[in-house]
Amino acid sequence: MLGSGFWTAMYKSFELGLLYAIMALGVYVTFRVLDFPDLTVDGSFTTGAGIAAIGISSGLHPLAATLLAVAGGALAGMMTGLIHTKGKINPLLSGILMMIALHSINLRIMGKPNIGLLNQETLFTSLEKGFMFIAVVGALVLVIKFIIDGFLKTDIGLALRATGDNARMIRSFGVKTDSTIVVGVSLSNALVALSGALVAQYQGYADLQSGVGMIVIGLASVIIGEAIFGKRTIARVTFAVLLGAVLYRLILAVALQMEVDSTDLKLLTALIVIFALTLPRIRGNMKQKAVSRKRAVEMMKVGGEG
Amino acid sequence: MLHIEQVSKVFNPGSPDEKLALSHINLQLRAGEFVTIIGSNGAGKSTLMNLISGVLFPDIGSISIGNQAVTSMPEHARSRFIGRVFQDPMAGTAPSMTIEENLAIAKRRGKRRGLSFGVKRADRKWFKEQLATLGIGLDDRLQAKAGLLSGGERQALSLLMATFMKPKLLLLDEHTAALDPARAELITTLTERIVQEHQLTTLMVTHNMEQAIRLGNRLIMMDKGRIILDIGAEQKRKLTVDKLLYEFERIRGAKLADDRVVLGG
Ligand SMILES: Nc1ncnc2c1ncn2[C@@H]1O[C@H](COP(=O)(O)OP(=O)(O)OP(=O)(O)O)[C@@H](O)[C@H]1O
Ligand SMILES: [Mg+2]
Repeated sequence: MLGSGFWTAMYKSFELGLLYAIMALGVYVTFRVLDFPDLTVDGSFTTGAGIAAIGISSGLHPLAATLLAVAGGALAGMMTGLIHTKGKINPLLSGILMMIALHSINLRIMGKPNIGLLNQETLFTSLEKGFMFIAVVGALVLVIKFIIDGFLKTDIGLALRATGDNARMIRSFGVKTDSTIVVGVSLSNALVALSGALVAQYQGYADLQSGVGMIVIGLASVIIGEAIFGKRTIARVTFAVLLGAVLYRLILAVALQMEVDSTDLKLLTALIVIFALTLPRIRGNMKQKAVSRKRAVEMMKVGGEG
Repeated sequence: MLHIEQVSKVFNPGSPDEKLALSHINLQLRAGEFVTIIGSNGAGKSTLMNLISGVLFPDIGSISIGNQAVTSMPEHARSRFIGRVFQDPMAGTAPSMTIEENLAIAKRRGKRRGLSFGVKRADRKWFKEQLATLGIGLDDRLQAKAGLLSGGERQALSLLMATFMKPKLLLLDEHTAALDPARAELITTLTERIVQEHQLTTLMVTHNMEQAIRLGNRLIMMDKGRIILDIGAEQKRKLTVDKLLYEFERIRGAKLADDRVVLGG
């Protein structure tokens, strides 16, 4: 019933999902851990892609180019953090301002709107697509996940989490929350840029527009993951975020196979996020109503007997 | 231990909402003194606490803790001297983090934080012992999230977190006010015991007159941004709620205006 085209598409989505999962982990760090809705992501994803592409096409080793991309993302995040903490500008606006600034900066970095990498050696050149790719990249993504899990349990990590959870409390224990915010937003955008750098190498090009809408995709991954796989412990949430990112790609692939117009994908993404956000509330409400109804019936019975 | 000299604080200067919250406050605390503070609404008690802890800065005057001038030291730097418990039970702990993680944060109050694990095995044993001293069964719930605790439990945890690293100065701003009477009594008893045990220099704001008289070895009454009464240990032993109310009326020429005042415990 399903042609081999379908499975190829699913495989490819799975591969991409793993690469985007790194970006989703970054979004998790700001949105969930720091409680800082950071929109820098749309810009810093492209920054990562652009730096890697320009690095590789000008002869840099792909690994060096990728590391440079990570540094670029961290720097972008640091700027957002500083705009917010030093400039006292609210988080959303700080992110938007940095995102806009990055649009110009990215074009400066890349020099043109699109850089092809087709005949260049990238990190993935010697890696066959398919099973091997999924195994190797999957392992890499898991390593990143475990490093983040571990980091969030260190003294700095605890301070970072407490900053998002109860800033007043953590200040009273001697943490400068301005610093933890800058560290957290930098870390987040470093991950996002790494994801951008890897996706560019995977797809064989970097595009100025590749980051557009990335924040919503990241959020979708976080929210889908949490909704389906739960969020009891950190290790569990980060795993849920990875799965959410892959699942999101698979949903899109299925939608494309069902001949949803590719221009409608962003609309579909928005709908998925709205759905995943409202679902737990609706489910909770229904449960609440059912309990209330049951109690009302019970109480009526007691009243009738008395 | 604590020296406050000529400290004043004005809110919204130059605007129609201008408010002189503290006016030429002088206060010296010796090491080990346990001072209770009472006073009418808006007397400036919380403002004083915030100036001491560095949440706010005085417009004029100076503050030092031990031999260290802290007048312009930021809150996070000053925290190495100060343990605090807030009125709101939500305020003192990180709700989505576990009890042991909260304790680990408190254990590093005012110290450098690096990349070593926050909760180490040895810590766990120590945390358990410390929690056991509270006597409310929290020692079996190290992995429970602080957000799941009741208000009283959370306040007990906050108290432990504020005190177990033996701060030079303990600031309690109505830390039992949000609790029901039984819970409030529990926290009061714990406070008394912990302060006694570590000989902590303590400032405690309360609206409970009886409590203010019973606890500590010095009592301060504030009104309209000033300290209007400062009663030492000797006199305090003979103090009663009636005498205190009488003193207030004598000084202010008016009854104590405090909608939350509790006369007896
Ligand atoms: N951040 C602020 N901005 C403006 N005015 C303030 C601020 N904080 C306190 N005030 C004002 O300063 C005065 C002293 O307030 P403070 O909170 O110190 O009183 P308090 O003695 O703690 O009162 P309560 O018993 O009600 O807690 C009040 O008139 C209050 O309205
Ligand atoms: Mg107050």
